[in-house]
Amino acid sequence: MREGTATERALAGEATRGERALRLPADRWHAAEIAFWVGAAAAYFAFPNYRVLASQILITGLFAVSLDLILGYAGIVSLGHAAFFGAGAYAAGLLASHGWGEPLSGLAVAAAVAAAIGFATSFLVVRGSDLARLMVTLGIGLMLFEAANKASSITGGVDGLSGIEMWKVLGLYAFDLAGSTAYLYSLAVVFVLFVLVRRLVHSPFGLSLRGVRENVRRMPALGAPVSRRLVAIYTASAAIAGVAGALLAQTTQFVGLDTLGFPRSADLMIMLVLGGTGRLYGGLVGAAVFMTAHHYLSGINPVYWQFWLGLLLVLIVLFARGGILGALAALRDRREGRAR
Amino acid sequence: MLGHLIGVLFDGVAYGSLLFVISIGLSVTMGLMNFVNLAHGAFAMLGGYVCVVLMTQSGVPFLAALPIAFVASAAVGMLLERTLYRRLYRATHLEQVMFSIGLVFMSIAAATWLFGPSQQPMRLPAFLRGQLSVLGVDIGIYRLFLIGVVAVITVALHLTLVRTRFGAQVRAAVDNPVAAAGLGIDVDRVFAVTFALGSGLAGLGGGLGIDVLGLDPTFPLKYVVYFLLVVAVGGAGTIKGGLVAAVVLGVADVAGKYYVPEIGAFIIYVLMVVLMIAFPAGLYGKRT
Amino acid sequence: MTTPAPAHPGAHPGVQAGAQPVLRTTGLSKHFGAFKANSDVDLAIPAGARHALIGPNGAGKTTLINLLTGVFPPTAGDVFLGDERITRLAQHERVKRGLARTFQINTLFGGLTVLESVVLAICERDGRAGVWHRTVAAQRREIDEALALLELLRLEGDANTLTRNLAYGRQRLTEIALALATRPRILLLDEPAAGIPAGESAELFAAIAGLPKDVTILFIEHDMELVFRFAQRITVLVGGRVLTEGAPAQIAADPRVREVYLGEAQHG
Repeated sequence: MREGTATERALAGEATRGERALRLPADRWHAAEIAFWVGAAAAYFAFPNYRVLASQILITGLFAVSLDLILGYAGIVSLGHAAFFGAGAYAAGLLASHGWGEPLSGLAVAAAVAAAIGFATSFLVVRGSDLARLMVTLGIGLMLFEAANKASSITGGVDGLSGIEMWKVLGLYAFDLAGSTAYLYSLAVVFVLFVLVRRLVHSPFGLSLRGVRENVRRMPALGAPVSRRLVAIYTASAAIAGVAGALLAQTTQFVGLDTLGFPRSADLMIMLVLGGTGRLYGGLVGAAVFMTAHHYLSGINPVYWQFWLGLLLVLIVLFARGGILGALAALRDRREGRAR
Repeated sequence: MLGHLIGVLFDGVAYGSLLFVISIGLSVTMGLMNFVNLAHGAFAMLGGYVCVVLMTQSGVPFLAALPIAFVASAAVGMLLERTLYRRLYRATHLEQVMFSIGLVFMSIAAATWLFGPSQQPMRLPAFLRGQLSVLGVDIGIYRLFLIGVVAVITVALHLTLVRTRFGAQVRAAVDNPVAAAGLGIDVDRVFAVTFALGSGLAGLGGGLGIDVLGLDPTFPLKYVVYFLLVVAVGGAGTIKGGLVAAVVLGVADVAGKYYVPEIGAFIIYVLMVVLMIAFPAGLYGKRT
Repeated sequence: MTTPAPAHPGAHPGVQAGAQPVLRTTGLSKHFGAFKANSDVDLAIPAGARHALIGPNGAGKTTLINLLTGVFPPTAGDVFLGDERITRLAQHERVKRGLARTFQINTLFGGLTVLESVVLAICERDGRAGVWHRTVAAQRREIDEALALLELLRLEGDANTLTRNLAYGRQRLTEIALALATRPRILLLDEPAAGIPAGESAELFAAIAGLPKDVTILFIEHDMELVFRFAQRITVLVGGRVLTEGAPAQIAADPRVREVYLGEAQHG
């Protein structure tokens, strides 16, 4: 009869009865993770002139992490995730432009709206083949874009939604032009949500999502209600994307149609694949690299940017499927000489 | 009133036929190799630009430019299949999607750089312009031409599939690639030729469609939803399904935009949702 | 309630004659258009039995397993688990009621380790798979049970190995581990020895011999050594119908069975 304490010792990293320690999703923070978040906080002081860019990176990173939940962990290929980002952005933006500028409640409303749309459309997405899902997610994204375009009296159409005035965060910190409050606000929200996502990914629910991704046929044979699980994660992912969109609306005080467009969905996918899918930090890393590069290369002809981006994608798929984090993991494995 | 209806129907059928010619290659690729190729529209775009260049720079007549567009797209398709696509047949659908999006971006950038971002102007040859009066209704001659050409192509495709040995090989490989290989069918060759054929047809469709669909560098992305719709709704790997789906979609889109222009663009999406719920495997879906 | 098929004395040692069968089918049939995959199959498997299903290729054995597990509905007939009629029940519902299966072709989670896979199965069973706010490592009970199960099947050394990196034979064992993790009343093994060369099946045999006695086992097999070593009762399926059923010695001596197998190459 096994002791609970033996398992505890094993999970703490010690060998149990001469065997290797057990490798299971746990909650220990690795040094690299701590360094990442300390670095993100330190960036506030280290790069005072880049706070706006930095908050954009954090916001997009959160958006990418929400996509990773359904794409990297559950295996649903979606080409229309911007629908939820844009829905959240417009929800928060409209709320503020109509007089209610409290930031945190704006986030909550945006999450609710995005989650509702996610839930409503999830039934189509969880049932189909990959091709059907691609088409449905693409179609819904385009549909929302068209809707926002047509409803220009509400959304501002091509000109976008402005006149967004935000109140002080927690009643204490006003949004300033330099983006200082915006950065700390974004950092706090992104960190909190990320910690929740991190816990989810390491939980039994996260394990069952990976099971669905690895072999969806086996899951019912284990007694798992696959559709129900996928609806849950799709809705959660939509809610998080909605919060990211709301953050953008609140910190830039503007919402454009591009928040809903296909280019945003495509760019998001690229960032995630660049960073590495199914690796939790892939979305954050990919967003950081992509947006920093875009910032420094913003002067070049957009045609060149598009061409090299396309080429990068092709090369990643052919030679570096795990993205940046995958390549780093492979390097580390090789260095430690693990025979796996 | 009835005249309008018939006109709209004809337009819709012509539009749908065009979608069919372009999408049939994607449908067979999907059914045969289980490969999601979002870059399929780029082959259509290639055919379109080949036609334009031949007609404006070399004075080649329209009807002669079309087969050349077919050959050009087929050749590029064969080349890409042999060098790049075949390495990804076993990849996940996500990887295939990313790869094909990468190709699309590259093709859009290249087209913008070579031809500029605006629509290519198109002058149809004189004998294809104008209208014909059929049973008291005015029908565009070009629409009739389109329907005629696609009808011929469809019959040719059907005969190839059903009567030739190659066609039998394709049908076997679509049904069960492992068993087909076991029977000694060179599945690799079937894939390559089919891919080339599909790309060629897309290029032909691109050339035929310059007047109806327009031609600019964003073509592959602008119409990708339609192509995916035809394949998903019609069922991957079937000709009959693709044809029916394309015509239904074409008529629905044209009718929607004509009769209810405010929400015309949504008709397609609503139809998509309804059809996906009712027929999860497509109208004549391949049994997986 | 109809009585189960008459038990031969001694056919199921340790099981009372007349006890209600764990799994029962009545007139089970599956037709795909004109093709009759299964016709009129009557089965009654008592608790604790070791029952084999044999027959030439194409006899409808896997179709029968698919009918029993709910992959598709039958054209006619019924399936009973205990005294509950499960004919129209969904796959995962049947698993929850104690009916588990393995697959003829390995259907495993390639990117998960063996331990993760089994822990997942156990969490699905006891309803903890929906928990999102505690880590997997904190599920002590489930992990202990998973390790015990791995020990039972001699897989504990591979606990941290990714399933896709396992040797084929150990993957077959992992198949069984996943099914056992659901704590079934009855376990359907679809060709457990498939693909394992005759000389390497000792490990598998030992694992099957070591399976808990209170789990009923129905297994499809072509490997006659396995069948005659473990089966207490054998049903022979030919052309979708039950040809005969009986104790191993009877079946081996039955001229009709010999005729069906005469000239058939043995698939190891």
